[in-house]
Amino acid sequence: MRTRERIGVGDALMLLPALFIGLFFLFPVGTVLWRGLGGEGLDAVFDLAKSPRQRDVLWFTFWQAAVSTALTVAVALPAAATVGGLSDRARRFVRSLVTVPFVLPTVVVAGAFDELFFATGLDTGDFRLRHTVWAILIAHVFFNYAVVVRVVGTACAGLDGRQAEAARVLGATRWQAWRAVTLPRLRPAIASASAIVFLFSFTSFGAVLILGGPKRATLETEIYRYAVSRTDLTRAAALAVVQLVAVLALVAVSTWLERRRPATTRMARPTRTLGSRPGRWLNVGMATALLGAPLAVLIERSFSTGTGYGLSHYQALGTRVRQLPAPATTALWNSLHYAALATVLAVLIGVVASVVVVHGRSGSRRLFDLGLTLPLGTSAVTIGFGILIALDEPPVDFRTRWWIIPVAHALVGVPFVVRTMVPLLRSIDPSIREAAAVLGASPSRVRREIDLMIGARGALVGGGFAFAVSLGEFGATSFLPRRPEDLTAPVALFRLLSTPGDLLRGQAMALAVVLMVFVSVSVFVIESSRGTAEGSL
Amino acid sequence: MKKLLLSLVTVLLVAVACGEDEGASVVGGDPAGTTVTLMTHDSFAISGSVWEAFTAETGVTVELLQVGDAGTMVSEAILTKDAPIADVVFGVDNTFLQRGLDADIFAPYESRNLDVVFDHLKLDDNNRVTPISFGDVCINYWIDALPGTVAPATLEDLTDARYASQLVVQSPETSSPGLAFLLATISGTDDWEQYWADLVANDVSITAGWEDAYYGEFIAGGGDRSIVVSYASSPPAEVIFADPPIDTAPTGVLLDSCFRQIEFAGILAGTDNPAGAAALIDFMLTNTFQEDVPLNMFVFPASQSAGLPPEFVEHTTVPVEPHIMDPAEIEANRDRWVDRWVEIVLG
Repeated sequence: MRTRERIGVGDALMLLPALFIGLFFLFPVGTVLWRGLGGEGLDAVFDLAKSPRQRDVLWFTFWQAAVSTALTVAVALPAAATVGGLSDRARRFVRSLVTVPFVLPTVVVAGAFDELFFATGLDTGDFRLRHTVWAILIAHVFFNYAVVVRVVGTACAGLDGRQAEAARVLGATRWQAWRAVTLPRLRPAIASASAIVFLFSFTSFGAVLILGGPKRATLETEIYRYAVSRTDLTRAAALAVVQLVAVLALVAVSTWLERRRPATTRMARPTRTLGSRPGRWLNVGMATALLGAPLAVLIERSFSTGTGYGLSHYQALGTRVRQLPAPATTALWNSLHYAALATVLAVLIGVVASVVVVHGRSGSRRLFDLGLTLPLGTSAVTIGFGILIALDEPPVDFRTRWWIIPVAHALVGVPFVVRTMVPLLRSIDPSIREAAAVLGASPSRVRREIDLMIGARGALVGGGFAFAVSLGEFGATSFLPRRPEDLTAPVALFRLLSTPGDLLRGQAMALAVVLMVFVSVSVFVIESSRGTAEGSL
Repeated sequence: MKKLLLSLVTVLLVAVACGEDEGASVVGGDPAGTTVTLMTHDSFAISGSVWEAFTAETGVTVELLQVGDAGTMVSEAILTKDAPIADVVFGVDNTFLQRGLDADIFAPYESRNLDVVFDHLKLDDNNRVTPISFGDVCINYWIDALPGTVAPATLEDLTDARYASQLVVQSPETSSPGLAFLLATISGTDDWEQYWADLVANDVSITAGWEDAYYGEFIAGGGDRSIVVSYASSPPAEVIFADPPIDTAPTGVLLDSCFRQIEFAGILAGTDNPAGAAALIDFMLTNTFQEDVPLNMFVFPASQSAGLPPEFVEHTTVPVEPHIMDPAEIEANRDRWVDRWVEIVLG
């Protein structure tokens, strides 16, 4: 029978995420930590606790990540609800637009923020933002806004609006209905999005150093400082262990939050009940200003030439400047190519993993949930150095293969797919599955048709994230050895910005704007591909 | 642990391994027909025709691997010492050199072209590394924006109230020019700790990296400070990449503040193609390679016989007596100096 065969294939498929994460994450990271801690073992980790500086660093890392997360959720939640109530096409459009900040290298965004601070007088004085913790927090909201809007917005769109409407009919105010009926149903998605934002802020590097100023230090910047500036691998590994333990604890809490109080979904009319219309638009307006102002600075710079405005920086992208091993257009092509590969990998592995997380045995379920999210909260130095020293001999001598770069990108993409899909799958009303079973569908068919149909939306939104992550990735990429012809756009951009000269800087800005356009168009296309799947529901 | 995991993952390999064989390796003798891998940092750039010339001359093909910045590259060369990813490494500078020497990652090789190299660049008597290029980290100033349009002439001038709130410097903890400038002040002032205290009193600004100093706070990127730590070669870059074209550089260099950075190439001790590696080192000292260096990487060739491109020479000032420091002294004191700097400047 076909269904029986499918179960066999399904079990074999489960190995895929396990092997992927085992070979490209656990093994490399384990190797580098093992080597780093060396003879000192865990003593090196306990020594950290004795240093007041490191205790401060740990506290600041947690604190700024927690506040960044709270702020991002507070700012983006109303927008997420608004997006959930939009028409399908409009929703996709907004979702792809908000992804733009996500691909931009921090050095470019920080430059844009700095220019805004200078222009508005916020660089010095009593209301200084530059080189304060506020600058870090604002940048984290800027970068992570998309996470909340996309993950929660997707969940919102799947909610049944009728219960909230019933509450309204029974006399509840709009706010009461939202709090009592809608919010609990969104809790898994909010927990999921918060976990991602927290981990991104927890491992943020450029925003902390550039916008926060050289006095600020987080676990991530300290790992870099010890591993690269000081070649003190023991201390770096000890810090990396602390980072891993912290991330594990966090992910455990968040998956618990996500599972607690499972809310259910029928595929029905979306809710449209949050907030008054003017209030909602006020929030959207503010968010547009927050996201739009730095982007506007970049766009202005990309068109600004020595003699006014023009397209010359864009035209220059096709010609190799001496600082780059290839023209910027080649770098863009490579990045698109890598992003496509990383997305396919991340979606494939993320979908299988999500099904295991939701339906698997409790042991494998928890392992998958924790293991697959870890890369998001792991330092780029740890992953890069790990791959370099672990995958160094046959049969796994992969460290200088070109495809190790999209693979490293997919490591960060998979958690996005899982964290977007799992809340959706968990929220499927059991009565839908039961109905299908009563109508004669086998368990595997129920899983395949209902779960995958509803989960497809999450998979594609997660895939959009994976694409954006890959397109903008500069961390692990910079630690992995690359051939010049494998130049990626963020690396090219960074190179262009590291020699003085208006032409180089202008070209870097044009490259950043092209990346912005690429990501929004690509994410729109990726998410449109589910049209048929959802239309049939 | 490694072995166990390895056997577990072997299953996957059948599916993913793309079995490309490495080029055949030759130990000693004629390297023609082999491939030599050059590991370098992301700032490395050279014209494609230069490599073609090398292959035409020796029959050896070069494969480039680029990774991060110079610090990352040295860390990775040390980490992969037992299973090197390359035969030759280029871009180790004098601030990181001792770290590589201490870790024994280089195989000694005296290039037959070593005679052309300026003597003061040869820092290792055992020829474990070969000087290929050099440049200077120097204070730059935006000529028209200087207070009273008077340029500072000495390091001490920067503590003068005239230049209050004008200087922006990178942190030596996270930036290579930042570290070089700290070393210049240690070598060039009587009491460097007091000097930095004076700079702080004069409202020096600190950034994490070169980009946010030069394009953030320095006037070039729209900031309001007129003095920045950059390179002696920054003024020619300002001219060559100007928009619209200009004839004279908008920036000048404070020659008293320059710290010399020398970039070395070395054969990695674990190479299985020493003959090819040696051929590459020799080639990197020929005029074909050396004359291509300035306009690609904005540094000077180490060879005395290499000609310099006119547009590079015209706008570049070369410090006669840059600050220079023994790599062993740098390595022995770096962490202590940087920690002390953090206390004084950021503390």
